[in-house]
Amino acid sequence: MAGRSTPRLGIVSSLCWLVLLLAAIPAAWAQAAQASSSRALQPVIETARGGQCVADPAFMRRNHMKLLMHQRDDTLRGGIRTGKHSLKACIACHASQSSQSVTAEPSNFCQSCHNYAAVKIDCFECHANTPANSAAQPQVKP
Amino acid sequence: MKHDNPTPANEAATSRSGRRGFLAAAAAGLTGIALAPGVRLIEIAQAAPAGAALSAGASSKVRWGMLIDSNQCSADCKACVTACNSENGLSGGTLPTDSQWIRKLEIKEVRSGRKQYLPMMCQHCAEPPCVDVCPTGASFKRADGIVLVDRHRCIGCRYCLMACPYKARSFVHAPVTHQKPDAPRGMGTAEACNLCVNRVDRGEQPACVAACTASGHAAFLFGDLNDPSSEIAKRIASYPTRQIRENLNLDTGVRYLGI
Repeated sequence: MAGRSTPRLGIVSSLCWLVLLLAAIPAAWAQAAQASSSRALQPVIETARGGQCVADPAFMRRNHMKLLMHQRDDTLRGGIRTGKHSLKACIACHASQSSQSVTAEPSNFCQSCHNYAAVKIDCFECHANTPANSAAQPQVKP
Repeated sequence: MKHDNPTPANEAATSRSGRRGFLAAAAAGLTGIALAPGVRLIEIAQAAPAGAALSAGASSKVRWGMLIDSNQCSADCKACVTACNSENGLSGGTLPTDSQWIRKLEIKEVRSGRKQYLPMMCQHCAEPPCVDVCPTGASFKRADGIVLVDRHRCIGCRYCLMACPYKARSFVHAPVTHQKPDAPRGMGTAEACNLCVNRVDRGEQPACVAACTASGHAAFLFGDLNDPSSEIAKRIASYPTRQIRENLNLDTGVRYLGI
């Protein structure tokens, strides 16, 4: 008798485990999703000052450095100043409303994303990080 | 009989001359093709970018230069120096570690004690020694004759500072803040007068020239040395102007009058 009841008990217990497991998976997913939205580090994307960017944001995230690199050589070496991918134009639009800069505070446009991607920005060792018309504003470097 | 039959060599010669004639006619026709009455492609390509400089970029048909009349430069005026400093965000300090893109020099005749003044900056040589010595190609001459530093390539070796006979180059020793958007400059790179290249590309005059004219001295004259009808070329053609250190054969873009 005991020999016949043991397999039945085994099947029941394994079914119980399966049900528990199936119930637990969505809960774990939900928890993981919650963690990624609230606890993981995300870049702060400050809203630009208005107007349309020169290209789609997804494209700009991947390729802005190539566009800037191409235009800087045209401008400096060739004297061609008509391109639409100038750093000055980026800064004029993306400078923070509060700090007037793209790098002065960790939440500013260039700085927050570069912190997230762990890529150092060298541009602003030489280039101004504020738009031309905000000369009176403080230009604090991080 | 033999003369009637063209030899292969003869045939080749006649066909070659025929082809040559065709090519010559074609070339003559091409150069003369008129896009519109009185407008030809070659004239568009060679047009001096006086007004339309923005889109075309620097053109080798132009050579920017300055003529400085030392007699008009007065002892008590520093308008060019202050204008340069404010245009390019320089501190205005005169220590050996401070950048000076333009300096006002006093020359004194020893026997008579007569003093004369002149501004000294990058002379924008046609054969610039700073470009010759630069190991990375950061120091370069633009098509229109303006000598610049590409700070993206500069490694701060300071060889150009040593090579320049005019002491025109400076080195940035400390981190820089408050740069002007049109005049990027930073620590660890060489720099000098850039002939206010951003203003020139907009069709304006360099800041020092504008300031000198505004101060009423009008010692500076800026223009295209290559254009015989420009005021600067006319004056150089009619007055005895000098290049400083002419013996170095650098063919400077900045010329002086009255020294």
